[in-house]
Amino acid sequence: MTLRILLLLCLLTPSAYAGRVDTGDPRLDAIFRILTGNHFADKAEALAKLAASPHPKRYELLEGVLSGRLRVLKKSGRLVWATKKGHKYLATDVLSGEPLGEFKRRKLKKIAINNRLRRVIRGILATRDLDSGDPARRLKSVQALLANPSPAQATLLAPRLEKETDPAVREAMQLVLALGRLASDAPRVRLQAIAMVGDSLQPVARQALVRLAASDPDPRVKQAAQDALGKIEDRVKLFAQIETLFFGLSLGSVLVLAAIGLAITFGVMGVINMAHGELIMLGAYTTYLIQRLLPETTGLALLLAIPAAFMVSGVVGIAIERGVIRFLYGRPLETLLATFGISLILQQTARTLISPQNVPVANPGFMSGSWQVNPVLSLTYNRMYIILFCLLVFAGLFLVLKRTRLGLQVRAVSQNRAMARAMGVHSARVDALTFGLGSGIAGIAGVALSQLTNVGPNLGQAYIVDSFMVVVFGGVGNLWGTLIGGLGLGVANKFLEPWAGAVMAKILILVFVILFIQKRPRGLFPQKGRAAEG
Amino acid sequence: MAVFRILQGDRGSQVFLLALTVTLIVVPVLATLPADHALHLSGYSLTLLGKYLTYALLAVAVDLVWGYLGILSLGHAAFFALGGYAMGMYLMRQIGDRGVYGNPDLPDFMVFLNWHELPWFWHGFDQFWFAMLMVMLVPGLLAFVFGWFAFRSRVTGVYLSIITQALTYALMLAFFRNEMGFGGNNGLTDFKEILGFSLQSDATRLGLFIASGVALGVGYLACRGIVESRLGKVVVAIRDAEDRTRFTGYRVEHFKLAIFTFSAVLAGIAGALYVPQVGIINPSEFQPLNSIEVVVWVAIGGRATLYGAVLGALGVNYAKTWFTAVLPEAWLFALGGLFVLVTLFLPRGVAGWMHRVNTR
Repeated sequence: MTLRILLLLCLLTPSAYAGRVDTGDPRLDAIFRILTGNHFADKAEALAKLAASPHPKRYELLEGVLSGRLRVLKKSGRLVWATKKGHKYLATDVLSGEPLGEFKRRKLKKIAINNRLRRVIRGILATRDLDSGDPARRLKSVQALLANPSPAQATLLAPRLEKETDPAVREAMQLVLALGRLASDAPRVRLQAIAMVGDSLQPVARQALVRLAASDPDPRVKQAAQDALGKIEDRVKLFAQIETLFFGLSLGSVLVLAAIGLAITFGVMGVINMAHGELIMLGAYTTYLIQRLLPETTGLALLLAIPAAFMVSGVVGIAIERGVIRFLYGRPLETLLATFGISLILQQTARTLISPQNVPVANPGFMSGSWQVNPVLSLTYNRMYIILFCLLVFAGLFLVLKRTRLGLQVRAVSQNRAMARAMGVHSARVDALTFGLGSGIAGIAGVALSQLTNVGPNLGQAYIVDSFMVVVFGGVGNLWGTLIGGLGLGVANKFLEPWAGAVMAKILILVFVILFIQKRPRGLFPQKGRAAEG
Repeated sequence: MAVFRILQGDRGSQVFLLALTVTLIVVPVLATLPADHALHLSGYSLTLLGKYLTYALLAVAVDLVWGYLGILSLGHAAFFALGGYAMGMYLMRQIGDRGVYGNPDLPDFMVFLNWHELPWFWHGFDQFWFAMLMVMLVPGLLAFVFGWFAFRSRVTGVYLSIITQALTYALMLAFFRNEMGFGGNNGLTDFKEILGFSLQSDATRLGLFIASGVALGVGYLACRGIVESRLGKVVVAIRDAEDRTRFTGYRVEHFKLAIFTFSAVLAGIAGALYVPQVGIINPSEFQPLNSIEVVVWVAIGGRATLYGAVLGALGVNYAKTWFTAVLPEAWLFALGGLFVLVTLFLPRGVAGWMHRVNTR
């Protein structure tokens, strides 16, 4: 017992370690003697000295101090990397890389640091890339300086600014320097600094300007700061608008994806398919099932789900067309009822076979994260992919309708069925394939939606009214109308949201479309010619 | 007599009205029998029957616009729900200070939302006559404004169906908002009494049942009267050949507007009778699905017969009650299957099928 207490005392007493460091470099020895000691106040200075020294391994040493891997061998005073191996530590000489064998823990002196020192080291490490050959790394390290403003930065950056060639890095460096000068005592320097800060969007710059604008003793400086702030606010507003536009486009893309299959079945064929939403739902469930089969590779599963969902929804669509709809051509209202019945059956099938609850669908890695355009504008990848995907699907469908034989036949049948048949088009087959195509596109939309919303039996119902609105708004029988209509409604919705609230924005859009239909009953881009009559 | 003239030559309507009259006499007798009697009708069954009757009235309203005018309205449940809300507001005001919060001036949900005074549109609803006026006026006015825009710009067919659906969808979203002042998500409920009679008592239930039956009978006769009149002839002409009717010199949109508005008022009355019997009204009544279900009742019963609509409403709702009790999983399968089978094999509904069997 007494022995233990003695040992504990030994550990706690400052004199427990003699402070012997022997690296062969007297300057390094001096620094590490302080670092292994117990005077934390001196340690920060020692760390700065280490960073400023020309030693080639200085950053590695600093990292070692931060991580605790760097130790001092008590016996010889050499700096070693300590790697835990069982109960002992494997020591390797830091400078020569020579393995020194295994040591017990108490033979190795650890370098004690506290949180303040950790911040200091991180600050130093952040600037290590200031001289990197890669402009992106230089920019990153300058931006790290921005996060921890300190007066020492000027001495660090001023000489480098002269040599810097990359405009983005220069701009960042100037901002850091300007921020330092904002604290100057001379009003003239502060004015200059404000001009240098200019219309930067960095939050630190704004904070500094807000301080000056509120409480600078010099009225000229105050005014300049207020003007600069005004300019910044304008830019922030502009980028906020761009962000809203982006949100709107992504919402619009979802609408277009959901509606574009309907634009085929409703627009081109004149069939009102109330089960369209459930075909979307089938696509989303296909994604879920494929992910269940390939749990390890969500990205691959998602890519595979696109053709699979097309097939599943397409086949179900063809079955619906052959089984029910073909008996009801020319009776649109009856078609509406029958397909609504089918939608109920499909919903209940999903409930019975899979689950009445929502099922989880994973997002692959490349869908998460965002692109930071500038400090106030970041665009999330999943929204960007949706916009891109929507455009791709649209382009694909457009090409199919305009460039393939099937597309030609589809257009012929939709314009004049009797004439097309007289020219030898097998209209029944074309009907089935067209319906299958529209349904398949709905399935693809389901894959996209599975990445954005909950996948459950009610998924389809949530989109059916919106889809019809888009098609009717854009103009039946016109793919461009669907694209413009969908994107337009999405953007309008997002711009209304901050002003009216999410639900009210949706209601306003619905009311707008209802009124719009009164004004232009055939939509934004009405179909011309005799096909439009009837 | 006018009633006989209206019903002349329409066997289905004669049978239906006879059956309704018999029901309105027999059911009260059965309901007043002692509770241990074998033929006693419980309060629950009575309310259920009353509910079916209001559905039937709604179906008749839909059949008038769909069967005779050719407008497939996918938003009639909105008129039904609006009538229901008007009635619900009256019933809410009748609660007085017996709510959970005991506030004599404000309904519970307003106290809960920290409102301090009654919104302007709630004023007057403590008067029964005013509420009844609103039951007809609100749905009628909405239908009038909506129809005035839609028919004047000649929105027809599928387009009209879809915007009626958008209308009810927009209303649903709006009523879900607490700020609207209609109880938001929970709607209006916890009603106590109507005109001083407790809603829990069997006598009041019987009264509401009889009121529903009478409303159905009167509404039915009114529709039948319209259909038999010269107005009805024009209406059918519009359904079958709108352009020809217009070129013959009729102002088609005026006829459409009149019938559409009348039908909305009928739906509103049905909703007003529905609410005190089920004891709640909430925004889910505006669901697009509900409107489509009504259309299916009419389609199954048989369009353009009126009595077919009643038949469909009663039949489908009885099936629904039975299925949700015995096989809840299978109800949507059955309903969905009915949609498909009826449109494919019974385009004129059960009524049309019976007619064909009879005339063969």
